[in-house]
Amino acid sequence: MSAPILRTDALGVSYGRVEAVRGASIEMPAGGVVTVIGANGAGKTSLLNAIMGVLPSSGSVAFDGRLLGASPIEERVARGLSLVPEKRELFGSMSVEDNLRLGAWRLGAKAIRTGLADVFARFPRLQERRDQKAGTLSGGERQMLAMGRALMGRPRALMLDEPSLGLAPRIVKDIFHIVGELKETGVSILLVEQNARAALQIADWAYVMELGEIVMQGPAAELANDKRVIESYLGLGRR
Amino acid sequence: MSPTILLFLAQDGVMNGAVYALLGVTLVLLFTVTRVIFVAQGAFVAWGALTMAALENGAVPGTALLLVGFGLAAAVVDLLRARGRLSGRRLGLIAGRDIVLPLALLALDTALAPLKPGMAVDVLLTLALIIPMGPLVYRLAFQPLADASVLILFIAAIGVHLAMTGLGLAVFGAEGSRIDPMVAGVVPVGPIVVKLQSFAVLGVTAAVMAGLFVFFERTLLGKALRATAVNRLGARLVGVRVDGAARTAFALAAGIGAVSGVLIGPLTTVAYDTGFLIGLKGFVAAIIAGLASYPLTALAAVAIGLLESYSAFFASAFKEVIVFSIIIPFLLWRSFAHGAPADEEEE
Repeated sequence: MSAPILRTDALGVSYGRVEAVRGASIEMPAGGVVTVIGANGAGKTSLLNAIMGVLPSSGSVAFDGRLLGASPIEERVARGLSLVPEKRELFGSMSVEDNLRLGAWRLGAKAIRTGLADVFARFPRLQERRDQKAGTLSGGERQMLAMGRALMGRPRALMLDEPSLGLAPRIVKDIFHIVGELKETGVSILLVEQNARAALQIADWAYVMELGEIVMQGPAAELANDKRVIESYLGLGRR
Repeated sequence: MSPTILLFLAQDGVMNGAVYALLGVTLVLLFTVTRVIFVAQGAFVAWGALTMAALENGAVPGTALLLVGFGLAAAVVDLLRARGRLSGRRLGLIAGRDIVLPLALLALDTALAPLKPGMAVDVLLTLALIIPMGPLVYRLAFQPLADASVLILFIAAIGVHLAMTGLGLAVFGAEGSRIDPMVAGVVPVGPIVVKLQSFAVLGVTAAVMAGLFVFFERTLLGKALRATAVNRLGARLVGVRVDGAARTAFALAAGIGAVSGVLIGPLTTVAYDTGFLIGLKGFVAAIIAGLASYPLTALAAVAIGLLESYSAFFASAFKEVIVFSIIIPFLLWRSFAHGAPADEEEE
């Protein structure tokens, strides 16, 4: 595998005395899909927020070979790191198109034009709703808009936090299909999911997180056949 | 009570209301982007008028010196905070923006003021002096506490108000000034005559409002500012620098304040502390509109102007009392209609 585009070393996140993430070291190769699976509350979202700079953390994060230190979110975005957060964080009172345009706002008019064309080709539904307020979209459309907005910024590494959360199974299939397509474009993807089965199908490498710690890692295909993973996360074990 | 008097009071009220609307809209703008309830906005109005008055008299306005002082202070703060890890580019930016620009403006004013270059140049010089003060005030007073609660930011704003009033007294003195009208003369409107300057006030107010509308609805920078107001984290995740958005908002606020000062300067005597009362009336309008809606704020401001003008006639001793008491029923209505203020969720 090529040199990692993102690497965390002994990353820790604390809320007061509670440690949400402890000593998490993960690596994300350029151009691959890495997934972090785990139960609700295992610390997956805290891990992503720490990498993005949304939460303060101990340990270190290196992006593209450079330590990020305490640099603010905006600087990480400018370097090519992007997060689609669990709560989507859209601009609800603004139109779908304005949300997308703002995704590329620091890149200039030309990047906005080509970005819009690309995102609308990928998500035809967003084109149909381009003048609608983001706050009136359905759950699946909101997830598409959040992903589209992140893609507008031409990220080199895209972190998706529970993209399937709260969506109908048919929509989940669509979303994972799109993630698979994104993989082809060369963007590196870090996917955090409770839907372990779908995540392991699409990923190259997987980490398992329990109670704030990385407890297992390996090629996704191997983990999908691992007895412990099957029992705990794929819901087949207990007969 | 003749219709003539009614009409006269109405024109007076609408004109004052227009100025309150400029102030109120600015407060809404600052609050939504930065969460600061900027009670000191009136100081920019007073400083605008007094800067203009000094330039008309051929004197170098005190604000030119203040700007140099603010710039130096901001540069020191930036250098201390960034110590050790300062790139050449960043150093150049700090030096240019906080030191060279204010000094250049001071030099320009020193050279031009004695020549009395005329109204148009005076207005430009005034704007050039006041607009950079907005971002500097933000940098010095609010940026270090950008993540604090609305209440703490409000307390800081009161501190800024006291400081700005004191600084105004120090550089402009206690005496008020009046400036020349942009347009002299009067026109008859029905039974009364109206100063042309009043039309200038209404025209410029309408133009500023239209400009703000275009800025927020049509330009990407304006939309980025709105995005910051709508969803702070979302804005940061697309790379909008919250500090940059706040600086832009404060630059706009200072600019609108200076314009308001230039507008009211010819109609009323402005002293270092005049702005506060005007600002408070804009504040009442902004509160009535829930610190959220621009059109509602403008509408409430005009209503306040009218209320003030009629109460000045019918019960002049209670003029201010009436204007400021009107906030109470609106606060009651808001607290019954919406429950606890949204800010408490952030704690």
